[in-house]
Amino acid sequence: MSDRQYELVYILPPETSEQQAGDLHEQIAGIVSRMNGTIEKSENWGRRKLAYEIGHFKEGVYVLEVINGSGELMKELDRRLKVIDEVVRHLIVRVDEEKKVVERTRTKRQSESERRRVKRGLPPQRQPGEGRSMETDDLDDDRFDGMEV
Amino acid sequence: MPFGQGRSGGRGRGSDKKDKEKQQGQRRPMFRRRKVCKFCADKIDDINYKDVKLLGPFVPERGKILPRRISGTCAMHQRKLQTAIKRARQLALIPYVTD
Repeated sequence: MSDRQYELVYILPPETSEQQAGDLHEQIAGIVSRMNGTIEKSENWGRRKLAYEIGHFKEGVYVLEVINGSGELMKELDRRLKVIDEVVRHLIVRVDEEKKVVERTRTKRQSESERRRVKRGLPPQRQPGEGRSMETDDLDDDRFDGMEV
Repeated sequence: MPFGQGRSGGRGRGSDKKDKEKQQGQRRPMFRRRKVCKFCADKIDDINYKDVKLLGPFVPERGKILPRRISGTCAMHQRKLQTAIKRARQLALIPYVTD
């Protein structure tokens, strides 16, 4: 039942060493495994400039963890992260449902295009060098891509 | 007689010109290029808060979210964009305000 997927991103102070980041990761992994969750992916984005100052920090180390687990686990994790002083900020987002929707629309679009192509007597996959090439400049002419008044 | 004719002609021309201008104004308002939702056109399904490059053009200098009437984004994608931008703001990837 508890097969939900969450993304956790947290920000650490810029002077955090690899060691400290690793320790915190272990701590989180401990909580996750204790409550029957699994960490699917862990990613360190490294130091980044913050868009605005948080406290007196202008930079931060971003860490992303993709966690499979229950809502209770995330609740506990959220509570713990609030208490841990090293974590400047964190965000937990549930992603499994969103992912499913994205997957569905993608397969739907593909099967639809294949169906149409077969109907037109073409092979289901797009052949190289067929149709308009995606690099043409005027293709994205009327698309929004920046400032405009 | 020629004087009067000239005068009336002048008047006529004047009003003619005015009419023409008005007509032209109505016929061709301001030129606007057709706007297409970027996410529909590029078939971007997933508007993710981690993708700052994608969100960047929709957050102008001031830091406000660009309205739909300017960007041309469709309602569904504007909604997704909105949540993505708000999440990115929480993580200080995008500013709330800049003065």
